[in-house]
Amino acid sequence: MQPQPQWIDYTIIVIYFAFVLGIGFLLRKYMKTSTDFFLSGRSIPAWITGLAFLSANLGAQEVIGMGASGAKYGIATSHFYWVGAIPAMIFVGIFMMPFYYGSRARSVPEYLKLRFDEKTRGLNAISFAVMTVFSSGVSMYAMGKLLQLLLGWDFNFAIIISALIVLAYTFLGGLTSAIYNEVLQFFLIVIGFIPLVFLGLKDVGGWSGLQSKLASEMTHSWKYLGSPDANPMGVEWFGMVMGLGFVLSFGYWCTDFLVVQRAMAADSMTSARRTPLIAAFPKMMFPFLVILPGMIAGVVSASTMSSSVPMKPEAAVMAQATHGNGITLEGGRGLIPPKLDDQGKPVIRNGKVELDFDLATPMMLVRYFPAGLLGIGLCALLASFMSGMAGNTTAFNTVWTYDIYQSYINKGASDAHYLWMGRMATVGGLAISVAAAYVAKQFNNIMDVLQLVFAFVNAPLFATFLLGMFWKRATGHGAFFGLLGGTLAAAAHHGLTLPRGSMAGIKGGFLGPVIHTYPSEMAQNFWTAIFAWTTCFALTIIISMMTKPRPDEELKGLVYALTPKPKDEGLAWYQKPSSLAVVVIALLIALNVIFW
Amino acid sequence: MGLDIRLPIGWMFALFGVLLALFGLKTGGSEMYARHSLGININLWWGLAMLAFGVVMLLLARRGTAAMHSTEESVEGRAIEEMEERTGEEHR
Repeated sequence: MQPQPQWIDYTIIVIYFAFVLGIGFLLRKYMKTSTDFFLSGRSIPAWITGLAFLSANLGAQEVIGMGASGAKYGIATSHFYWVGAIPAMIFVGIFMMPFYYGSRARSVPEYLKLRFDEKTRGLNAISFAVMTVFSSGVSMYAMGKLLQLLLGWDFNFAIIISALIVLAYTFLGGLTSAIYNEVLQFFLIVIGFIPLVFLGLKDVGGWSGLQSKLASEMTHSWKYLGSPDANPMGVEWFGMVMGLGFVLSFGYWCTDFLVVQRAMAADSMTSARRTPLIAAFPKMMFPFLVILPGMIAGVVSASTMSSSVPMKPEAAVMAQATHGNGITLEGGRGLIPPKLDDQGKPVIRNGKVELDFDLATPMMLVRYFPAGLLGIGLCALLASFMSGMAGNTTAFNTVWTYDIYQSYINKGASDAHYLWMGRMATVGGLAISVAAAYVAKQFNNIMDVLQLVFAFVNAPLFATFLLGMFWKRATGHGAFFGLLGGTLAAAAHHGLTLPRGSMAGIKGGFLGPVIHTYPSEMAQNFWTAIFAWTTCFALTIIISMMTKPRPDEELKGLVYALTPKPKDEGLAWYQKPSSLAVVVIALLIALNVIFW
Repeated sequence: MGLDIRLPIGWMFALFGVLLALFGLKTGGSEMYARHSLGININLWWGLAMLAFGVVMLLLARRGTAAMHSTEESVEGRAIEEMEERTGEEHR
């Protein structure tokens, strides 16, 4: 089953590239100072930063990965949104943004410097910079592989062309260009995926039709979370709420500079606070766009329902195993093909064929989109890859220039020099990402190890920010060693536990004795995060109590107790962050109940 | 900043819409619709929808309400600037 994009599809893709580049060129003349380049001159209205806030995270992992989880776990994947993302987005908007925006820090690491000390900033800046370029490389690799498999594009061509386009528009127009393009990409992804969900649902007979075709665990999000053995994720409600909902999601949405940077570019404090709340509305609806296609992919058949159409020759090709370009569905489930090994044979584990869930969403596009709309669908995929890449790039160049270069390498240079450095960092960051993509192609395991290390570093972060913002007694030593301790705790927990049915190694258990076996990898990850967070939280408090606090004077605008509350007077009710938050929470509860 | 993002969004989707709708008209009744999109001429319909979305964006841009503002233009922006002036927090 391979699509044959026609001239119309390529025309659409070329037009899309032209618009993306055009925005970069048009914005070039406004990039006069480093603030313009890195912070968009703090001049962007809330609806734009809001959509960019959402879209920067709407990378390949989201569009492809959530479809894959939908195919694997069903509607429970929506916990990543309705338990994970949304509450964290409300929290960062209402409670944390006053400190990020009000402190005038230019980056998240810089806030840590203002609040704690230089070493805490250094630790966060360096780990963030390294993680950003490498994650970008991993998603580039995933994209190259997908385009090769799906369209028969050359791997090198796919990677180089998308990296060059992202480079061109972020190099020219800086953060503004990235944000503007993220908004464009947001609409493209939404408009590209709506017909997919519409056609797919219509084909299976709507939501009730889908329910009747899937096991009950796949169409309920909470009902089977009582015990880890009752649901396909292998997670119980406590691990879900604490691990995913609290530690991981708050850690990501509240402290990751990639998303926070978008809000920092807003034109006022109210806009900055509204940014994540405005993003929360579309974010809440995304499960329907990205998870449903994956679920549908598992139950529909590849051939058309209407029998009046004669079988096309390509359907015959489809039925036989092919290697290289083209995908075979034989042995798969619905539209989800089996995973193939290097010889092109299906991978079989425990007597069952392993499915390549990552192809669920792309196969849906191929199945339901005729030439023409297929071009829009492919644009939406490309857009998601590119917005993720651009988000990483702009976050990297800012942290590199302000928190590493200006702080440790070249202090006190002219603003023009830092603007130049930002552009160079854009080139350098993308170059390293491309290199990382090739490393990933060669040695898949190295990248798995790296991602594991990143998870260890990220897990405790939210404890540091929470204490930093809401407990004025927290000290720099406490924060620094708390972070280190949390990371070590994550590594230790992972090294001493294993998911069921896995061998010691990358999956855990590498420290020797296996103390506990989790029902699934996901449960293990959530609990790793819980342990890391708790360790960091406790250590930071203990060490802070033993070290000298900073005087209150120095902490004004950085800590809750010493900062005047933001006033929303003179705003209509629908403009107030607090009333937006109430509406979001109400909708959130409704969604959780409907899909209980 | 000088460029209203709704203009490129509007133009791009209007262009996509026209292109897709025309393609849909030309290929009306083609067997590819039966094969892929349940017999619906999805190119025509979704093309028209995209065109409508693009036109709405262009109209909104013409009304030009949400231009970007610099910090000094809003009450709280000025308040922040003022606070920074006082505390000497302004960066470089």
